[in-house]
Formats: sequence, structure tokens, C-alpha cells
Amino acid sequence: MKHHNLTARQYGVLGLVALCAPLGDTCLSRGMTELPPIILSHPATLIAAVFTPWIATGIALLIGFFASYLTALSWADLTFVLPATAFGNVIVALLSRFWLHEPISVQRWMGIVLITLGVGFVAQGPSLTERPAPASGTRDESLASVEEEQLR
Amino acid sequence: MTVAPSLPLTGFWASTAMIAAIILCSTTGEVLTAAAMKSIGDLDEIRARSGMRGAIRAVVTCPRFFAGVGFLALAFFSLLFALNHLNLSLVAPASASMTMVTNAVAAKFFLHENVDRRRWTAAVLVCVGVYFLAH
Repeated sequence: MKHHNLTARQYGVLGLVALCAPLGDTCLSRGMTELPPIILSHPATLIAAVFTPWIATGIALLIGFFASYLTALSWADLTFVLPATAFGNVIVALLSRFWLHEPISVQRWMGIVLITLGVGFVAQGPSLTERPAPASGTRDESLASVEEEQLR
Repeated sequence: MTVAPSLPLTGFWASTAMIAAIILCSTTGEVLTAAAMKSIGDLDEIRARSGMRGAIRAVVTCPRFFAGVGFLALAFFSLLFALNHLNLSLVAPASASMTMVTNAVAAKFFLHENVDRRRWTAAVLVCVGVYFLAH
């Protein structure tokens, strides 16, 4: 594998991936625990939950996460991008300790150390598996149509 | 119309099924989405060449992308359903840590990514770390 150096902008995109996902999940959890139990025989209540404020905020944050996640996947491997999503849990835990002054147990500190080590392992390596250049005519049609439009 | 109240599903098999559904849908969705983004190419380059509209068009005209989004949406609603019945401290670490491992396996076999020893080690460390952090 060739080492693909990431630019500052690409690290920024990975930072957004890390931050938006755990914040969005936290909003969803807050919103869903405020609702009464939902059963499979009444799926409409699950759809209605989407329009409550906490869940709507969570969804907005998750849309931000998804946009940056897609961008990251276009220039890096899935197994490179995924640890960045887990690193968001570390950011939230550190924020809760030093900003909200919440206590963190030894077990949670161990989790923070392990995730940081894991992300460090991946970040030291290549971001993309090197592949042979695609032969003409094998690229995705969607990209081909965009390029055709530009040529016109 | 009144809806009869129902008890939350908290038994072992019900919890396992809910978490397994999240993991399965999430892994399938992420692998399909990653495959779609790889087939489209670097979005930064496309945006530089064709503008933001060109980049959006390249993404939304890729059928594999919508298959991936469909599975991710299923994973999302499975997560909402599970959060309604189980604690976040169970659902989040179990689904997030297991998804890390299943994604590494799926990326190796379906996306043919070079998941070397470094990435396996990272996947296991992050998996255990997420479990400790959120449990």
C-alpha cells in the first residue's frame, strides 16, 4: 500500500465525521427516551418521532456527519475512516470530563486510551488501498455523465 | 383511537435480535456506500472540476449509493426502535463495537481493501475501547 498523505482539509473532514456522529446519537437518545414505548405493530409512531425537536436536531447533526463521511469515503478506505467515527466517543467523553466536570471511571479512561491507540495505529498507515488504474469504460456511469456534461 | 400500552422488549433474545439487526443493516449499508463512493472517485476532485452541483449529481446518480442509504436508513430505524426499549449504555457499545469488526471483515472480502495487521489491531482496539467507554 502506498502512503497517501492527507491534507489539512481532509483531516478537517475526518474531524467533522468524529464530532457530528456522537453528538447526533446523544440527541436521538434524549429524544427517544422521552417517548413512550413504540411497538412494531404501530410503525407510524416511529415516523412521527422524527419530527420531535431532539430527534430533528439529532438527524440534522447526522446529515452533517453523513456528508463528511461520504466525502471521506471518496478518498480513503472504509477501514481507515471508521476509527475516526469511534474517536468521536473519546471527544465527547473528554468534553464531559473537562467541560461538564462529570466523573470518568477507570474503565472509561481505559476505553479512551484503547480507542486513541487504535486511531493512532490506523492514522500512521496508508489511507487508501492502491489499485491498478481502471481500464477505459469501466468507470461509474454517473461520473462519466458528469464529465460528458462538462465537455459539452 | 387509543393504543394499548405495551411492555418494553428487554429479554436476552429480543435485545440480541435488535442489536443484530442494527449491526447487519449498518455493515451492509456502509459497505455498499463505500463501494459507491470508490466507484464515483474523489469528491474533492469532482467538485474542483464540475462544481458542487456536479459532485452532488455524481453521488445521487449512483444506484449503489441508494442501496447503501436504504440499508443505513434501516439501521437508523432499528437503532431508534432499540433505543426505545433498551438503554443507550447497552445499545451503543454493543452495536458500535461489533460493527467495527464486521465492517473490517466485510471491507476485506467485499471491498478488497488491504486490511493488514495494523488495521486489524486498530479494529480490535477500537472495538474493546468503545465497549469500555460506553458500557
